[in-house]
Amino acid sequence: MAYNCVVLAKQVPDTANISGKAMKEDGTVNRAALAAIVNPEDLNALEMALQVKERHGGNVTVLTMGPPRAAEILREALYRGADRVILLTDRKTAGSDTLATSYVLKCAVEKIGDYDLIFCGRQAIDGDTAQVGPQVAEKLGLPQITYAESILSLDGREITVRRAFPLGSETVKCRLPCLLTVVSSANQPRPASARRTLAYKLAAIPQEYPALLARWPEFETEEALDLFLGERGLRISVWNGADAGVDYDRVGLGGSPTKVLNVNYVVLGASESKEVDATKEGVAALIDELVKDYTL
Amino acid sequence: MGECREVWVFIEHQDGRIADVSLELLTKARELADRLQGAVAALLLGHGVAELAEIAIHHGADVVFVADHPELTPYRTLPYARVAIELVREYKPYILLLGATPVGRDLAPRIASACWAGLTADCTALQIGDVQRSGETYTELLYQIRPAFGGNVIATIVNPEMHPQMATVREGVMQLGAPDPTRSGEVLTVEPQFEEGDLALQVVDRSLRLPTCDLKGASVIVAGGAGVGSKENFGLIYDLAEVLGGEVAASRAAVDAGFVSHEHQVGQTGTTVRPRLYVACGISGAVQHRAGMDQSSKIIAINSDPNAPIFQIAHYKIVGDLNEVIPAMIDALRGSPE
Repeated sequence: MAYNCVVLAKQVPDTANISGKAMKEDGTVNRAALAAIVNPEDLNALEMALQVKERHGGNVTVLTMGPPRAAEILREALYRGADRVILLTDRKTAGSDTLATSYVLKCAVEKIGDYDLIFCGRQAIDGDTAQVGPQVAEKLGLPQITYAESILSLDGREITVRRAFPLGSETVKCRLPCLLTVVSSANQPRPASARRTLAYKLAAIPQEYPALLARWPEFETEEALDLFLGERGLRISVWNGADAGVDYDRVGLGGSPTKVLNVNYVVLGASESKEVDATKEGVAALIDELVKDYTL
Repeated sequence: MGECREVWVFIEHQDGRIADVSLELLTKARELADRLQGAVAALLLGHGVAELAEIAIHHGADVVFVADHPELTPYRTLPYARVAIELVREYKPYILLLGATPVGRDLAPRIASACWAGLTADCTALQIGDVQRSGETYTELLYQIRPAFGGNVIATIVNPEMHPQMATVREGVMQLGAPDPTRSGEVLTVEPQFEEGDLALQVVDRSLRLPTCDLKGASVIVAGGAGVGSKENFGLIYDLAEVLGGEVAASRAAVDAGFVSHEHQVGQTGTTVRPRLYVACGISGAVQHRAGMDQSSKIIAINSDPNAPIFQIAHYKIVGDLNEVIPAMIDALRGSPE
């Protein structure tokens, strides 16, 4: 039987390798120096969904919540094989914590409606909380399989999954529908296909039309461009909170139980710090000192 | 207000033993509850676990809720969530703490979502303090302190209105207090009632292994970062650790690059360590890494970038190429009259 899959994805700053270069002089992170990428484990989630579709049939819908710029990751998803992509963007949801975010995503998934499996990355690299997937599952009343590494079988309305932990593994059997959070060891996400990249590179949201018109003045008006994109399936669905049936009291800063009280920039004093020459002699003197003070 | 404010700890256990992280959280919960003039309660779920209640009491619990049921072993999300959520709804704890383990990270968001409670992951410190917000004063809230947003910042998070105030904490972050065998407490037995849907998932097979490295207990740690360059070159880190009689650790960048397994990761999302000597090789020193090792007694940092943040907390700074410095250290150690 065929399975309809929904993938929840997030655009994140590429925080994986914060080097000295990404630090400003005051010791804070220079966000502008970090690229915005698809959260890496969300690509593993997408890959797992695409493999389900290839093996069993069905479709893959990718949903993201974020600013209009997050349309970038939806194009990425189209290049890799997603059938349908949806951007949920709404200023009123800005500042949502994981709980409020999970509520918005739950509303959007309910609007999508016809799903058998929901896939998320285990966690996002900008917060590392691993909370949104289970929170969405709870709000939808679904079982969850976190740390999913491999689908061992998918048969009728039952899925068997291997979960991978830092120290061990577990195999579980679960009825559908259910939600999986996928770890990075699950698979090697496929790259964007050249054919699909050509087919979908114009896929856009209305907020991007002015920029497209500047590049293709022959369309003259946004309406003409919209018609052209719509006819070719290149109009990316954009929902706001109301479209998804969101109660605005439960989202944004106001709807988020967690509040950031303050943020301290860590400036650590180099107390009793010694410079050691990177020479044989310098290093030998250091070792000698550590032996003498009983550190070694 | 005015009622007794309870600090709850979810107890994790394996093979008849309470996990260290849960005992560490009981120690912290005791401290927080004393500050709040409240009580500590432990949530003990499983099958054949009743005897662990006494251990929880010795580590600071005033009350232990024991839910003993065959469906509660091994751990499964929905039956555990059912029991925990119903207890939270009934007793309305002020604070609920869980270990940031695979189980805690699976269960905590489920409880938070059902109860519309705020949850902060991977806290590195927990304190009680007052908060003034939009004209309101909230007294004695839980300050949930953690490094934030891949950056060089420490954020303090509070949940002023929606309780319980929930947080997860990694093993080793909080100090483990000595048990007090003279402490006494109350055991409350809970009779879980499951619905058919709670049992939608079955565990077919399970294999958990013991860690192959003991970073928490190590007195000397040699850690490598992205600057080591390759998995092959990580051999240098192993060589130095061997000569020093220490354990091998890594930054997240090195783990993500596949140089070593996650077990070796030190930092906010890895292990927190307090060795006598920590040698950081080719590690830039993002705040998440430093959060896991800045309590080390002595820190040596080797990095080719003189502006690397790791140097801000190093006791000994070596600006240079680790491919030359590490062999020089090994030579000096082999030659030293130990």
